[in-house]
This record gives sequence, C-alpha cells and structure tokens, in this order.
Amino acid sequence: MSASLTLVIVMAVMYAAGIYIMLERSLTRVLIGFLLVGNATNLLIFIMSGRPGSSPIVTGTALDDTMADPVPQVLMLTAIVINFGITALLLALIYRSWWLAQLGDEGDNLTDEHAAETTEDSEVTFRSSTDDEAAVQASLDASEDGSDDDSSGADNTGNSDREGGTP
Amino acid sequence: MNILVPLVVAIPLLGAALTLALGRRSRYQVMVSVLSLTAIVVISAILLVLVDQHGPAVVHVGDWQAPWGIVLVVDRLSAIMLIVSALMLLGVLLFAVGQGIVEGDRETPVSIFHPTYLVLAAGLFNAFIAGDLFNMYVGFEMLLSASYVLLTLGGTGARIRAGVTYIVVSLVSSILFLSAIALIYGATGTVTLALLAERIPELPGDVQLILGLMLLIAFSVKAAVFPLSFWLPDSYPTAPAPVTAVFAGLLTKVGVYAILRTQTLLFPDNRLQVPLMIVALLTMVIGILGALAQADIKRLLSFTLVSHIGYMIFGIAIGTEAAIAATIYYVVHHIMIQTTLFLCAGLIERIGGTTSLARLGGMLKAAPFVAILFFIGAMNLGGIPPFSGFLGKVALFDAGVQVGGGLNYLLLAGGAATSLLTLYALARAWNMAFWRPRRDVENYDSAMLNALQDDPHDEGTVLTKTTSPLMTAATATMLALTVCLTVFAGPAFDLAARAAANIDEPSTYIDAVFPGGAP
Repeated sequence: MSASLTLVIVMAVMYAAGIYIMLERSLTRVLIGFLLVGNATNLLIFIMSGRPGSSPIVTGTALDDTMADPVPQVLMLTAIVINFGITALLLALIYRSWWLAQLGDEGDNLTDEHAAETTEDSEVTFRSSTDDEAAVQASLDASEDGSDDDSSGADNTGNSDREGGTP
Repeated sequence: MNILVPLVVAIPLLGAALTLALGRRSRYQVMVSVLSLTAIVVISAILLVLVDQHGPAVVHVGDWQAPWGIVLVVDRLSAIMLIVSALMLLGVLLFAVGQGIVEGDRETPVSIFHPTYLVLAAGLFNAFIAGDLFNMYVGFEMLLSASYVLLTLGGTGARIRAGVTYIVVSLVSSILFLSAIALIYGATGTVTLALLAERIPELPGDVQLILGLMLLIAFSVKAAVFPLSFWLPDSYPTAPAPVTAVFAGLLTKVGVYAILRTQTLLFPDNRLQVPLMIVALLTMVIGILGALAQADIKRLLSFTLVSHIGYMIFGIAIGTEAAIAATIYYVVHHIMIQTTLFLCAGLIERIGGTTSLARLGGMLKAAPFVAILFFIGAMNLGGIPPFSGFLGKVALFDAGVQVGGGLNYLLLAGGAATSLLTLYALARAWNMAFWRPRRDVENYDSAMLNALQDDPHDEGTVLTKTTSPLMTAATATMLALTVCLTVFAGPAFDLAARAAANIDEPSTYIDAVFPGGAP
C-alpha cells in the first residue's frame, strides 16, 4: 500500500494540534480541537485507501485495475456526517453553558419576569427573543441597563419577529 | 425469519420520527414509544428462539453480499442482549411515563424525551446486531448522541457541567474507535467482522497487539473500566432517574459487549490476558472503595456499577468457554439489577425528597414497598445466595479455578472482597435510608457524611413527593424479572453456555456470514 507523504504529514499535524487544543479548559477550544482531530481521523481513513486511481466504475476494460478503493471514501462520508451532527450539538451546548455562565439559573426566568411587568408590545419582544441571538443580546443589555434600552430591543425584534414565538 | 432482523433497528427509528411529529400530543407519543418497544420485545423473543434452534440469522442489507455490503448478524449472544435491553428499555420507559405524569412534564420535556429515547434504543440494537465494525461504530454514535441529549435534558447548570465531561470523554473514545477502524481497514482491507476473524490472525503479532489495544481502550472508556472510569460517577447521577437507570444498565454493557465480541472473535490469541486481569482487579476493588465513601445513593450505585464491570472483564480475560458463559450470565444479571436499583433510587428521591443518606431516614414506615424492593435488589447485587448475583459470581469463580494460577486466585480473592464490600455499602445505605428512625436524622453526626455533604452536583431537594403507581409497578416488574433470572437460572445458564459455545468456536459465526467460505 502506498500513500502520499503530504497527507500523512498533514494528518499528523492535525492530530497533534487537535489534541493540544482539546486539553484547554475553554469549551470552544475543545470544539476546535475535536474538529481537527475528527478531520485528521477522516484523513487517516482516506490514506488507508492507498494509491489514487480512476473512478471506481467497473467498465470491463483494463482501467479496472487502476481503480481507487471506494470503501474508505464511503466510511469517511459517514464519519463526516456524524461529526457534523455532534458539532451542532456541541455548539448548542457551548451556547447554553455561556448563557448559564452569564446569567446563572435566573437567566431562564428573565423572559417571564419582564413579560409580567412590561406592556404587551415588549412581551412579544421577549418571547421571540429566545431564538434570536441578536435579540438575546439586546435583552441582556436591557436587563443590565434597566428600561433605557427597551426601545432598541423592540427595534431589534422588528426584523426578526416571527409568528408563534418559540419554535 | 431474516426480515425480523432489520426491523429491530427500523421500528425504533420510525417510532422516533413519529413521536417527533407528534411533539405536542404527549399521549400519542407515549403510545407510539410503548408500542414500538413492545414490538421489539416480541421480535427479539422470536429471534432468540429461532436463533437458538437454527443458528445465527444473517441479513445482507440490500442483497449486497458480505464483505461488500452491510451485514447484520444475530447470534445467540446478540439475541440475548437484544431481548434483555428491550425489556429494560420498556420498563424504564413506563417508569419515565409515570414520573412525567406526576411532574406534569416540567423537569423532563417529554416532546424531546421520547424521540431521543427511541433513537438511543435504535443505536443500541444496531450495535448489537452489527456484523461489521463500522456499523457498530454508527450504532455507538447513534446511542451516544441520543445519550448526550438525554443527559443534558432541561439544560440546568449541573447537567450541562456533567454533560460536558461525559461528552468530551465519549468523543475522544469515539475518535479512537474510528482511528482503530481505519488502521484495521488499512491492515486487512475489510471491516466485516467475519472476514476480519480470518485475516487478523494472519497479521504480524505486534500489529495485532496495537489494533487489539486500540479497540480495547476505545471500548473500555465506554464500559467504564478502571482507569478510564473516572467520568462515570460524576456524570450519571445528575440526569433524571429513568435516564440514569438506562445509562447505568445498558450503556456501559454495550462497551462490555463490544469488548467480548472483538476480543473473542478478532483476537482469539488472548495475548492481552494479563493486563486485562490486572485492570479487572483494579476496577473491582477501586470501584467498590469509591462506593464506600459515598453519601448519596445515586453516586454510591454509580460506583458499584463501575466496580462490577470488573467481574465481566475478569470473565473475558480468562477466555475459556465456561468463563464466557459466566460472563454472559453476569452481564444479563447486572443489566437488570443495576437498572432496577437506579429506578429504586428514583423512587426514593420522589418519596424522601433527596437521595442523600445524610438527610434520609424512616423510609421503612413511609414506603414499606420501596424498602422491600431496594432490599431485594441490594441483596441480589451484593451476591447473597440464592440470587442471580451469587450464581453469576460462583460460575465466574468456578471458571477461574478451573484455569488455576496465582493471578486467577488473586482475582478470586479480589472478587469475593468486592462482593462483600458491595453488600456492606448497600446494607449501610438501606439501614440509613429505611431502617433508622426519622428523628435520628437530626442528631446524626458523622464526619464523613458532613464532609461529603457539599456535593457539587447536588441538585437539592425535589419538591414533588408523590409517586405514581406506574413508577412503582414498573420497578416491581423489573425486580420480578431479576428474580426470574434466579428462579429459572438453570435454563438461563444453559442458554448462556450455548451462546458461549458459539463464541468459543468462531467458525459458527464466520460460516453463517459466508456459507460458501470466506473470500
């Protein structure tokens, strides 16, 4: 089995860098490390297919002998899809843990508290803000500065107002 | 009968899609998930009978012959694992439904719970019936992704913290597993287990050792084998009670199943015997010492879970037919009993408001039935005759004595000590939670309990103190199943022995996949 030396070196560097970054405390860096290591593993699978060749379509001619091994590519595709799903989940988790770190468990009650004491207009603001990051930021500012920023919060949601509020 | 094999994965996945579509109608959701898991129980029972009589059932998906297509294999071991896990999943689901009714679905958002739970089931079954390493990896990833969601259900601070540890550790082990698959493909040119069983022994010894070790480490993280078990007691107890029960009963055992399958089928030389034995001993002893120092029932049970994985690793390390039979029996016993005990802990949490031993007391009067349930479960796990925990350990020790040798006797001693310490830890928990009068709780002063009081993961007391009859009934039924494993120990053990005979003779498995001989 022959393999490209460049690919091997790239893979090794990605593994090393990925593992190094994964050892950090910050969750975002763990995610970046995971992406690097995951893709390094994909490269490893790819390298296992050996030398490059023609597309793996059986034609009955002499070209068949120079076909590339298709199986590692299939395995790689599946692994990429799985990594993608896990990455999405990790991002959600990081966002949630950032939310908790910023506001603590009280952060979840924030919307309700304000909904009770403000007008109907801003009630819509806060309900739809749960799925819009910009609006969340606005409501964060509003909670810090009192009622000064109420108008900007309402502006923000003017663009992102959706029916039904939460998905 | 082969049509039944893919259904085991397809039905839960379809059920997951349906429950997701029915997100706002929890009544229909419950109906769909209960029905699909009941169907799986029936199917796996039929499969077990058929496979036991006619040999392994093999399905070449899409009629692509192995090793080019995906192959699904159900032999006796897979069938046993299927039926036991299906029963446990169904029981825990009923418990969770009962808990959801009581809580008004606040703590666990049901709309997410049911689809995720069914995806977990599908991944679990997929890992059990996978006939190639990569499909096993996909099954693992399915159940792990579902478990990430279940563990962080509700997204409270404690669960996110526990979830992060769990997820990062699982990710590392998954990547290790995938790298091992890549290297195995590079070395042999296939990922089909049956073909690997023929090609791996032809490889040079050192290459075999590296491949075997990589797989072993990846699976050991999942099975929580010492020293790779540190993540378990920190992450499991924070989840909702039914989720913890499923994780404890089934998730670690998938790791054990994968170790059993790969070490016996792919690496029959058993050249990792001595390191496995040492690791098994350390898992048993250190795990149970951890359990002794716990003031919280859920954490205590998590440590006994880690500790008892050691017995199964011991059985795999011995590697004789008798030892494998004992291991299979023990795995079944342990899945059932550990799930039931965690459900009992869930009931205690409902009734007593907490699972901290420092604050529980007088539960015998408050909940005599739960006291009996927990007591029988504890005796069973602790290995008191005539329960299945005792029978499994005796069979295991017997297999160890047959082989003989200093290391085996050392493990025997370690195993016996672990069993006694388990009994001590659980009896202590039972005494403090149930037997001790309520008024003693105020004046009770223990340096250890006080030191452990400030548990960082303690979620505080639970406000609802009611249990639904469904929760108690589900727990009682599952305990009755573990007692059945004792009452019908003869037939059950014979079945385990026949499964072990299959494993001891890999040609049964290989011939089933390649009727005309391997290519």
